[in-house]
Amino acid sequence: MTPDANIFADVTSADGYLLVLAVIFPVIGILLTMAFGGQHVERIALGLLLAGLAVAIAILAAVLRDDQSLVYIVGNWRPPLGIALRADGVSAAMIMTIAVVICATGFYARGEFGQPDASVSTRGSYTFWILLLGIWSGLNAIAVGADLFNLYVALELLTFAAVPLVCLKGYQETIKAALRYMLFALVGSILYLLGTALIYGGYGTLDISLLAARVQPEPVAFIAAALMTTGLLAKTALFPLHLWLPPAHAGAPAPGSAILSALVVKGSFILIVRLWFDAMPGLLTFATAQLLATLGAGAILFGSVLALRQTRLKLLIAYSTIAQIGYLFFIFPLASGDSASTPWASIAWTGGWLQLFSHAFAKAAMFMAAGLIAEAVGHDQIPDLGGVGRALPVTVFAFGLAGLSLMGVPPSGGFVAKWMLLSAAVMEGQWWWAVIMLVGGLLAGGYVFMVLGKALSTNGSLTLRVPIPQHRQAIVLAVALCAVLLGLMPLQPSGLLMIGRPEMHTNVLE
Amino acid sequence: MNSATMFGYCGAMLVGLGLFGLVTNPEILRKILAFNVLGSGVFLLFGVIARRGAAAGLGADPVPQALVITGIVVAFSATAMAVALLVRFNKETGEITMSSDAPSDSGRSEERR
Repeated sequence: MTPDANIFADVTSADGYLLVLAVIFPVIGILLTMAFGGQHVERIALGLLLAGLAVAIAILAAVLRDDQSLVYIVGNWRPPLGIALRADGVSAAMIMTIAVVICATGFYARGEFGQPDASVSTRGSYTFWILLLGIWSGLNAIAVGADLFNLYVALELLTFAAVPLVCLKGYQETIKAALRYMLFALVGSILYLLGTALIYGGYGTLDISLLAARVQPEPVAFIAAALMTTGLLAKTALFPLHLWLPPAHAGAPAPGSAILSALVVKGSFILIVRLWFDAMPGLLTFATAQLLATLGAGAILFGSVLALRQTRLKLLIAYSTIAQIGYLFFIFPLASGDSASTPWASIAWTGGWLQLFSHAFAKAAMFMAAGLIAEAVGHDQIPDLGGVGRALPVTVFAFGLAGLSLMGVPPSGGFVAKWMLLSAAVMEGQWWWAVIMLVGGLLAGGYVFMVLGKALSTNGSLTLRVPIPQHRQAIVLAVALCAVLLGLMPLQPSGLLMIGRPEMHTNVLE
Repeated sequence: MNSATMFGYCGAMLVGLGLFGLVTNPEILRKILAFNVLGSGVFLLFGVIARRGAAAGLGADPVPQALVITGIVVAFSATAMAVALLVRFNKETGEITMSSDAPSDSGRSEERR
């Protein structure tokens, strides 16, 4: 027996098959569509959305019940030779968030890509539903992946589904945006693959938990980690590699923007966290963590200031995504290193993930609201939106609720997340991040009120081009309410997010 | 110098050339080609690692060879998609480069059409 065999004591859990279902359900949908033809794509996709939501709930329930990670060993071949799927608490929460946002977006998208007449199949709607399912499968595969190369394939699946979503409408600007996104993604993926090669060459395995035991702080590990992180940062659109994001996210159709901004950029972020916290915990030095957070701070300031200067609503929301991604990177200095042994690290850990989940809901709601506004008014120029609050009260209310979360104002998930990160920063003596977060909150308040102030002003004479059905507005409101409901989380380390992370303190702070 | 080391240096050189091309060439097709040169370097590196048999201590390690096949398929699909986008971009605009200006406020595109 090698020592590794003892470290890797995992066997397939009783409910491990759920992880496989989460990845293959969307793929089954794609295959069914090809078998039955494009005219059934909407019904097949919607049916699978509900089935996938049920699987996500089952995974979350199983992880909570067992209080440990779900594991599935593919083909019963154990790592290092085989591939494991593993869902810890973070994965389960992520899968749940993905399922809720994708389902909401799917039902919202019926207004734009629905097929009321079952006999016709348009190219746009056919492609949209296929891509939606593809993105879902990719995201779930990233959430449960426990092997760096398997994660690479999942990441590529996600990218290949996300890029065409940008140029679904086929306008000149959107094709340019998609091409720019594609070039960034190409560089990102090949750098990640290069890092994977170096890691395999150095340590002879790509399984994350085996690597955690084998990786030493030596040149090959540092070079590989630097290459992989750079590649993933390009896909996450962290400042200064964010250039592709605003035109891509603003150019996609509204449901596409919601998915891209809420979920797709988070996929590569999860990988960065897995890499530094799970695969190479010994490598995350003070300087590295500070560097990552400095880029995050740059993103917050740069993204927020540019958001303030936009006149198009969708571009404003896209720049706000750049800023909100920045907060996520505070997890590196605040939940690692010397502070990892303190309870504040687990507060920061919870806060970072909560920021990810609440931003996913808030940003999906915002893009959907912007989509309804653009549909109703015929444009999304902020200066001409006067009076839209009276015409579409539910939509604008949902936009405002989502805005609360971005600003970090209670009651909202964004508030709890930012408060946790803020307190961790202060208590760990890294007050400079607290300053950035406060400034970022003020700037976010600026751009949210810029839109709301205009929308609620009464001196505009606005006529709606098309009426917006109530149920579509209700979906937007429901997603925004999810972001608010996350604000009911107690201000303490979340037990769920600690499942599978025994080294972190889970004790409640007094 | 044994052959594995020599191939390793070749791989490193291809990676360097590819990165240089990606960053410096403004033409999109050249960027895509540079990505393929870079990719070839990475695949060669996988081959070198397989030769060294890092994992099993055997003469050759089959795992990197399995990985590299997947890698080639992915890189091939990526290239195909990028070229398809480029062809469409060229048809729409007649250009072969992207101006590096920040995203402009290209407002009401939906109404123009």
